[in-house]
Amino acid sequence: MNALEVHGLCKSYGDHRVVDGLDLVLGRGESLAIVGHNGAGKTTLMKLILGLTRASAGNVALWSYESGSRAAVPPRESVGFLPEVVSFHAGMSGRQMLRFYARLKNESQRQCEELLDLVGLSAAADRKIGTYSKGMRQRLGLAQALLGEPALLLLDEPTSGLDPFLRRHFYEILNERQASGTSIIISSHALTEIEAQTNRIAIMKQGRILVQGSLSQLRREAALPVHILATCGAHCREPLLRELQTTAPTELLGANQVCFTCREEEKLTLLHHLTLHREWVTDLLVRPPRLDDLYTHFVNGDTD
Amino acid sequence: MRQMLILAGEEFREGLRNRWVLSTVLLLAALAFALALLGSAPIGETRVSPLGVTTVSLASLTVYLVPLIALTLSHDAIVGERERGTLLLLLSYPVSRWQVLWGKFFGHLAIILVAVVMGYGSTGLYIALSTGSVAADWALFVSMVGSSLVLGSVFIALGYLISVSVSSRATAAGVAIATWLFIVVVYDLLLLGVLLTGAGTRVSSDLFGMLMLLNPADIYRLFNLAGTEAASLVSGSLGSFEGTFLTPGILLAGLFIWVALPMAGSLWIFKRHEL
Repeated sequence: MNALEVHGLCKSYGDHRVVDGLDLVLGRGESLAIVGHNGAGKTTLMKLILGLTRASAGNVALWSYESGSRAAVPPRESVGFLPEVVSFHAGMSGRQMLRFYARLKNESQRQCEELLDLVGLSAAADRKIGTYSKGMRQRLGLAQALLGEPALLLLDEPTSGLDPFLRRHFYEILNERQASGTSIIISSHALTEIEAQTNRIAIMKQGRILVQGSLSQLRREAALPVHILATCGAHCREPLLRELQTTAPTELLGANQVCFTCREEEKLTLLHHLTLHREWVTDLLVRPPRLDDLYTHFVNGDTD
Repeated sequence: MRQMLILAGEEFREGLRNRWVLSTVLLLAALAFALALLGSAPIGETRVSPLGVTTVSLASLTVYLVPLIALTLSHDAIVGERERGTLLLLLSYPVSRWQVLWGKFFGHLAIILVAVVMGYGSTGLYIALSTGSVAADWALFVSMVGSSLVLGSVFIALGYLISVSVSSRATAAGVAIATWLFIVVVYDLLLLGVLLTGAGTRVSSDLFGMLMLLNPADIYRLFNLAGTEAASLVSGSLGSFEGTFLTPGILLAGLFIWVALPMAGSLWIFKRHEL
């Protein structure tokens, strides 16, 4: 059974359509990254999934329960949520806060200790949250989202403001959960933050999903050019270019580098030719399209 | 029910943490003691007991203070959590909005209960021990404390109504102060004005009673000050309501309606909030 099914979901505030006919399916143990600018509708989508906001049209079904419907209460016990701006009562300690949320989910105090340990907050658990750093608050936020081993995790920009070390630790925890069958949705405003950690990526713009698929699928679909950076002696550049007779656009960089821009399928041929001229070429660097390029490509709509 | 108690407990603990409970207990106790000591001095040899007189004085103090404390606690309840961003996370948990509102209600009521019972109770006990008392005095005292809690509930509920209706904490605070001023101070002045300008002669006693029922603070005043021996001594004018339709039962029912209506209104609005 799918963890989440979204069909034709719309949400308007006045004339403004924040979510515009969105379809989404998430299987058990699958992870999805929703990437888009601020204001693309990511947060609203999460609120709609949680049933905190009423949809203007369409529906959201969690394990075939329809959220917001009278017949079946959405199984909130099995959803963990980390809001974009995670805020807690500053006067409480981390442990007090987590225990309060654990009581609401009917979970044990022991689990709180385990989670504090997992996110590395055990030492700071008795300090007031007001004294926590952004990273610590974010980790406490993750801990509360993991309470009760939820079957679906909704994480709204969880890694913004985390340093690379914490971010990696964050993803390690998520990967573990995913392996045990938890479905995960992460939103982010930048593809680089996601670091290709999820099964699937959906790029969202103006309330619609522009494109979705695995990172390699997106790469293929975008068909962005590959850059090859060749280093050679300054006097070798001219003969090299003449000899190659390549159709790929080239650009001279500095005194002794050339940058070739070619399509994915031309890449190997070009590399082959370059390596034939080892007397000139001293170094090669292949640069595939970066995540940022990919994102910019789709969002700016230059798909054709 | 369980979720509601958890939320109520949390609200009360929050009151302990930020010293709200402590400061209100101290405030009420200090004022009550001051009233008791000052108030009992000039009585001398009367047939009214010191505890009776103190009860009446405390009731007049309560009318101003308890609504203020209740509104201070409650006006921030929803809009504050909204502004801080904690409401979003809370509502993503398996709690419904009525549980949030009633949970906060009982938490806030518990704070007022502790403040009133400890603040006034200590004074009552002090007077009873130092001057002696009879059962009737205690009945009066207990009904005053009890109705003070209902009065507190009214203003907690009114505070929530403000809290779910405005979009910023600052507005909520402003509206709360205005509400307090109007209900506790201005309304009575208006009524007094009607009486003094002579229009009052055409206002029947029943209509005047109805006008009093429209104001929870006046209901509380009537409940505690009208028709008691001590009250007629301290504030004779209000004794005149004896014999009208305003029985204690009706007055109490009136106060409870004043709790129920704003709570129902708050819930209705809160359920329509889009987060």
